[in-house]
Amino acid sequence: MARNKEALVVLLDVGPSMHHILPDVEKICSILAQKKLIYSKYDEVGVVLFGTEETENEVAKEVGGYGHVFVLRNIKVVDGDLVEALKKLPRGTFCGDFLDAIVVGMDMLIKKYGLTNKGKKRMCLITDGCSEIKDSHEGSKEDQVNIIAEQFTRYGLKLECIVFRGSLRPDANETVMAENDRILNVFPKKTYAKTIYVENPTSLLGAIKTRNIFPVTIFRGDLEISPQLKIKVWVYKKSSEEKFPTLKKYSDKAPQTDKFATHEVKVDYEYKNHENSIKYVPPDQRIKGYQYGPQVVPISSDEWDAVKFKPDKGVKLLGFSDASNIMRHHYMKDVNIFVAEPGDIGATLAVSALARAMKEMDKVAILRCVWRQGQGNVVIGALTPNLSDNDLVADSFFFNILPFAEDIREFTFPSFSNLPASVQPDDDQQLATDNFVQMLDLGPSNNQQEELLPDFTPNPVLERFYNCLELKAQNPDAMVPPLDKTIRRITEPDAELFARNKSIVDAFRRRFEVKPNPKLKKSSKRLGQEKPSGSDDEKVLHDFPTLNVIDTTGIKTAAQVEKIGDLTPIQDFEALISRRDSPEWVNKAIKEMSNKIYDLIEDSYRGDNYPKALELLEALRRGCILEQEPKQFNDFMRLLCGFCKKNDLQSFCDLLASKGFSLISKTEAADSDASDEEARIFLIKEPESE
Amino acid sequence: MEMELDPDEVFRDDEDDPEAEAVRESASTKELSVYLVDASPRMFLAQSPSGHDKDESYFHVAINCVVASLKTQIINRSYDEVAICFFNTREKKNLQGSDGVFVFDVGDRESLDRPTARLIKELSCLEETFAKEIGSQYGIVAGSRENSLYNALWVAQALLRKGSAKTADKRLLLFTNEDDPFGKMKGAYKADMTRTTLQRGKDAQDLGISIELFPLIQPNIEFDVSLFYADLIGIEDDDIAQFISGVGERFEDMKYQLRKRMFKKRIVRRLTFSIVNGLSIEVNTYALVRPLVPGSVVWLDSVTNQPLKIERSFICADTGALVQEPTKRFFPYKNMNIKFSVEELADIKRVSNDQLRLLGFKPLSCLKDYHNLRPSTFIFPTDQELIGSTTIFIALHRSMLRLQRFAVAYYGISSHPRLVALIAQDEIKDVGVQVEPPGMHMIYLPYADDVRHIEELHLSPKTLAHQASEEQINRAAALMKRMDLKDFSVCQLGNPALQRHYGILQALALEEDDLPEIKDETNPDEEGLSQPGVVKVIEQFKHSIYGDRYESSRSASDEKRSEASKKRKANAENALKECENYDWAELASSGKLMSLTVADLKCYLMARGLPLSGKKEDLIGRIKMDLRK
Repeated sequence: MARNKEALVVLLDVGPSMHHILPDVEKICSILAQKKLIYSKYDEVGVVLFGTEETENEVAKEVGGYGHVFVLRNIKVVDGDLVEALKKLPRGTFCGDFLDAIVVGMDMLIKKYGLTNKGKKRMCLITDGCSEIKDSHEGSKEDQVNIIAEQFTRYGLKLECIVFRGSLRPDANETVMAENDRILNVFPKKTYAKTIYVENPTSLLGAIKTRNIFPVTIFRGDLEISPQLKIKVWVYKKSSEEKFPTLKKYSDKAPQTDKFATHEVKVDYEYKNHENSIKYVPPDQRIKGYQYGPQVVPISSDEWDAVKFKPDKGVKLLGFSDASNIMRHHYMKDVNIFVAEPGDIGATLAVSALARAMKEMDKVAILRCVWRQGQGNVVIGALTPNLSDNDLVADSFFFNILPFAEDIREFTFPSFSNLPASVQPDDDQQLATDNFVQMLDLGPSNNQQEELLPDFTPNPVLERFYNCLELKAQNPDAMVPPLDKTIRRITEPDAELFARNKSIVDAFRRRFEVKPNPKLKKSSKRLGQEKPSGSDDEKVLHDFPTLNVIDTTGIKTAAQVEKIGDLTPIQDFEALISRRDSPEWVNKAIKEMSNKIYDLIEDSYRGDNYPKALELLEALRRGCILEQEPKQFNDFMRLLCGFCKKNDLQSFCDLLASKGFSLISKTEAADSDASDEEARIFLIKEPESE
Repeated sequence: MEMELDPDEVFRDDEDDPEAEAVRESASTKELSVYLVDASPRMFLAQSPSGHDKDESYFHVAINCVVASLKTQIINRSYDEVAICFFNTREKKNLQGSDGVFVFDVGDRESLDRPTARLIKELSCLEETFAKEIGSQYGIVAGSRENSLYNALWVAQALLRKGSAKTADKRLLLFTNEDDPFGKMKGAYKADMTRTTLQRGKDAQDLGISIELFPLIQPNIEFDVSLFYADLIGIEDDDIAQFISGVGERFEDMKYQLRKRMFKKRIVRRLTFSIVNGLSIEVNTYALVRPLVPGSVVWLDSVTNQPLKIERSFICADTGALVQEPTKRFFPYKNMNIKFSVEELADIKRVSNDQLRLLGFKPLSCLKDYHNLRPSTFIFPTDQELIGSTTIFIALHRSMLRLQRFAVAYYGISSHPRLVALIAQDEIKDVGVQVEPPGMHMIYLPYADDVRHIEELHLSPKTLAHQASEEQINRAAALMKRMDLKDFSVCQLGNPALQRHYGILQALALEEDDLPEIKDETNPDEEGLSQPGVVKVIEQFKHSIYGDRYESSRSASDEKRSEASKKRKANAENALKECENYDWAELASSGKLMSLTVADLKCYLMARGLPLSGKKEDLIGRIKMDLRK
């Protein structure tokens, strides 16, 4: 059994006031189940509904009461049925009592596990908290909650309450809601519990952690303030990107009848010498080469290990600095969190004192960290305070890695104030923009939560992947579904928010005009096309005359090359074949170049044009490899050799052979129709055939 | 608008991110540069000593700058080609046979070629032999028709003839401390020489060569660009003042200037930024911060040191057949293999039709310190295709700065779609030099499942978490004041691993025996920490937190650890005793090991310090192996 196996009971309010949000509850719960099926298949899950017509639970049977609480599924290992069941929840008819549901869920967990599995028993409650809680026979509701909380603590149960508070229904009873909120907020003060409020379906989808990742420390040891003062800390990841799942390559080679076929594809890497492409070089005959300019310096791993940088493990303070010295955009990676070593009161106090003083004085601490012995490098980063507002939770630090001097590119950009007056916004435009920025507010306000809070925003891509996975499990030919409506709130602006502020948006729209640049030729690059880095048209872009940098390269936006001339055919060809505004340029370039080569050979007198033709041929070969057009080149070569033979120009082929000229092989361009061997011997064998 | 389907991009992981790649340049975007260094006797005058600076000649400073620049180039942009050319020299060495111009080179390297370790090495100790081998001499003297500056431009231009202007950037970097090269000439001579030199400069520029001037400035003596160089490099009257203010007086400034200008701005992507329905602007993105990692490793044949070719082949695991790279992927789910085509996966990732779409604005305080995943990307507007983009961008930028808000947007590119924060960055200048450019920084935000709730991990409902008292916080504050790093900036610290990496490579490339000592600047300032004042505040803080229990609290937690090791030790001792009960060799030879319990077998293994893992058969096998020794 897996060490980190979790037992989870989901408590779902399916009462009438929840009906409008249940489709989203179904989505999030089924994805939760799906991910458990994939990543933690030994986890056990139970489902309890409340607000149902019927009653079905053991507590009701044993002691009575606890009506309208329905155990949809007892705690058992996740399976496909669970995903199915959660995808279509029944709609209830009664107002549910969430406290009853909590008791039923608790009873299930305690009966099944008792005192074992501490800290890995979890309950997740989803409700709108609008229905009244029944009064208890014995003591007040508070007393009841306190008793439940004690049980939670004793058995190591965790409770997560997600309270959905969208736009209020007209019949909502605010007194009841306030009372419920009070009760729900008692739990986090007493036991392992937290209560989260969400206001829109999108946040609801993000409010539940769909994947349990067991937190692992990346460092346990001293935060060394100085040699005299070392604070014991543990370091974890605070944020870490959940990657798109890795899919295996599929092979359909196995016969249909083979039930045990894995359909996997193995990727094999083999090392070969260039010149002798038949022989493989075994691992013990290989050595790593490191590039230094044009030189490649061979160093064996042992030698390298002996001389490379080997810092000692440890986390040391370099000093404190004003927070304003650290730019937000210099944060380099995902974020770590430093907590005091659990149980070490001194460390907890020291972390708390430093964090609070940092907050008061607006300072950060600069650290040098080597998490593990044997780590290849040090990291430099900034520690910032993370103060707790819950009495049960200790203060801690966030840690962000900062760049080294080498990691920063200092490009100079024109000052906005130095740009020509024609591009400066006027006062009216600025005012319209101010209004626009102010009105399109997603931040928290008195009556509204922050929208698109990262902590409550689901990943649209993953959401869609798991959705699609389930669809395909039912029907292998299922199409990729359109993006879910609730998820689209993340990738598209909120239409309602825009509609509400229509006058301001319109005013903004009216103040500005954007029009295509008329000077730009039609054929030039289409806007919006994704462009990889390093493409050649970057150099053509010159935004504005840069005033504080002297730069005279702007003049070379010369007219685009249209054809291959006689003066500089190679340059023309290279320019032509690398034009990206139409795919036709590649073909045109190859064709024109081919014709040039024919002409040269044909007009040659005792081979006087051969060197030139060879040069062009080399350029053409290079270009065809670069543009992945090996076939065009190889076809041309075959034609050319035939042409030479017919016209008594065999001497040119001989020249090519003597220069080691070859077809474009598969290794040079994957699409080639010539194997390496074929390419190499092409010119050698050709003259002898026929 | 349809995006192009790029199957490779779909499966690309972080390491292949084009934005990360943008940092290291490839052969296709190379630059050709000629460093043109004035070597006139005037350059060999000592710079008037300022402060504790050593008495160095201008020439020395210029050479040092070029060496520093070459070192950066060989690491970052080793495909760039460089030439070093001196003018106002006694000897001449150039293909044109022009007087007063000396093209410096080493070994079998071409005059304009990729920088090599040897070039850097020999250039850095060139000064020792300069007078003997090359010599310094005024090339422009009254009454002579010679014009060394003209010759130098001509030679440099000829060097840069290589490669087409369309595929390579060509630059000419001119170092001199003479602001009036024709000052000694008179009348028509002067006019004529000035005219022909300017014409030569203009010809070079017409061929796509940019000329950049690095004047070596003397404190208190003005370098008057307007005398000659403004015309040569083509700066307008209005910008002359700005040019001068941008030129530093110290060597460090010059190095910094050169570094800043050495790297041409590279656009990573051009994006359409949709502001509201029907209104989109155009922006360029730049990678201003990316971790620089050591260059790529190639596999060599250990006998010949020739690079090896790596051949990748795909083999069907079921049949062993060689296959083409498959276009289908699969994911095991519910005991099935769910198949996806590459196109479908790309489709799944394409969740937005827009490249960058504005969703709204939030106060800056909403952006938490843990809302970060990867290095930021810089955004700057362009009117290249959509006129009016810059105006809107500036207006948004100003409003966001004034209202202290950041924009939330969806960055929908297929390789890495993300929710992002756009922070407006105001321009920051320090003595006329831009430190932070104006624009917006794109911060990649985490999603719910990317954030972990570590804080709650160790809470215990039975006790309140300990929070520092007012007094303790004050002590911490006092400590902070004493241990303040004044004016800390991220640019201060070099990457020690990288410096060591290239230090070693350089030494090996030059076949030097001694490996260089690299100073690790990232270590704490031990001297500062041992100052009595610092020690005192640390002790006070420590006492306020731990009282007298600091030592004991530390040993307590160490004890916890040693308890575990004690237990382990006791177990081992116990095992040793237990295993003496049997005659293992006898049991093994008679084949009776199988009749013992696993616990007994483990006793032997534990006593011998062998691994305890595996099935009973494994344990027996291991014991037999051990006995055979």
